[in-house]
Amino acid sequence: MTTDGPTDSLGVTPGQTAGPFLHIGLPYDDAPYVVPEGTPGAIRVHGTVVDGAGTPVSDALVEIWQADPDGRFEHPDDPRGAIPARVQGFRGFGRCPTDEAGHYAFVTVKPGRVPAENGWQAPHLDVAVFARGLLHHLVTRAYFPDEADDNAHDPVLAALPPDRRETLVAVPDADGVRFDIRLQGDHETVFFLV
Amino acid sequence: MTGQRLSVVRYRVPTGVHPPYDYPDYHSTRLRAPSRPLEVLPQRLTELTGPVFGSDRVGELDDDLTAHHPGEPLGQRIVVSGRVLEEDGRPVPGALVEVWQANAAGRYRHVVDNWPAPLDPNFTGAGRTLTDGDGRYRFVTIKPGAYPWHNHDNAWRPAHIHFSLFGRSFTQRLVTQMYFPDDPLFGQDPIFNSVPDPAARQRMISRYVHERTQPHWALAFEFDIVLRGRAATPFEEDDDDD
Repeated sequence: MTTDGPTDSLGVTPGQTAGPFLHIGLPYDDAPYVVPEGTPGAIRVHGTVVDGAGTPVSDALVEIWQADPDGRFEHPDDPRGAIPARVQGFRGFGRCPTDEAGHYAFVTVKPGRVPAENGWQAPHLDVAVFARGLLHHLVTRAYFPDEADDNAHDPVLAALPPDRRETLVAVPDADGVRFDIRLQGDHETVFFLV
Repeated sequence: MTGQRLSVVRYRVPTGVHPPYDYPDYHSTRLRAPSRPLEVLPQRLTELTGPVFGSDRVGELDDDLTAHHPGEPLGQRIVVSGRVLEEDGRPVPGALVEVWQANAAGRYRHVVDNWPAPLDPNFTGAGRTLTDGDGRYRFVTIKPGAYPWHNHDNAWRPAHIHFSLFGRSFTQRLVTQMYFPDDPLFGQDPIFNSVPDPAARQRMISRYVHERTQPHWALAFEFDIVLRGRAATPFEEDDDDD
């Protein structure tokens, strides 16, 4: 991690909880669709958010951000250029509130490998979790179970205690993968300071 | 180093600004705050990029919360405007700003809010807009009321508007709350006081700006939002061990 110099001029605005009423302002109809329904090769990435007592969190919101299947981002700060994905309608971004069972689900395509300083990062999603009781959003990553080799060489997974890595690897499912998010306690998901 | 230039961007990590996850005075943190320390995630391409929203994400009246129903909502009409900036003062253009709030009586249009204050048939309480080239945004709404909650004995939330911001990158993502000046409820509110630095707390309070009021129509509050700034040095120069 780098150290930061003295703060110049403006201070950052602090985060505050999204609270129990986030559904008024944040969800929108097609927000869980990172790719349009019916996209060839689309998968379902879904899971349950649970609290420290194992109770489903029914008032959370999950957001994901990911590379396209070629491992690129259509963004001015991708040094390879902001190149549109070959997948029609690919957004890279999805947002889904949890339901009464604490469940969320996205429709997306699997991202490609993303460059790192020395080599590659395994295919992954950046995940943000918002909820009542979270004074600032939580950040984690979801990796894919069918990428054992890439996962074994991923610099983020490699930096974690071995017994915690598994919390970031989704499990295979009928039509995609399941990625449960445990906010606290046994098998607590790894959360990041980014 | 391979010499591969991964990015010229990196964001500063703010210290002492955001609330801790574990804050017992806010009871909902008890079973939701992670018990393990956060792991450090070095910023790489996924963290340094983020969704780019276009005007198709925003409807024509989305920035006027008083215009979503046949009649006008009850309450004090206000203009809330400001800029989205980075720490060094540079504007963040094209940032998606989303807001949601209670009505003038302090009641949310939400199934789990059922305290005995009236709903307003002319107020939903959600808005969104994109910042312009100078990072400016502007909403028209009504001033939300305070409301009671069950956190502690006779607990009341100070009046606030929820703000959600996308900056340029996943790393700049921010959800916060905007408060109003001189609210007597600040002292007993654990959410406001969860921000450790008193000076940082003040940055969540909007400012009454008489010059921005609209005579015979609306009062005006200014709320600038500062997102994490970019560090000056390129990525690879931060590694001194290679």
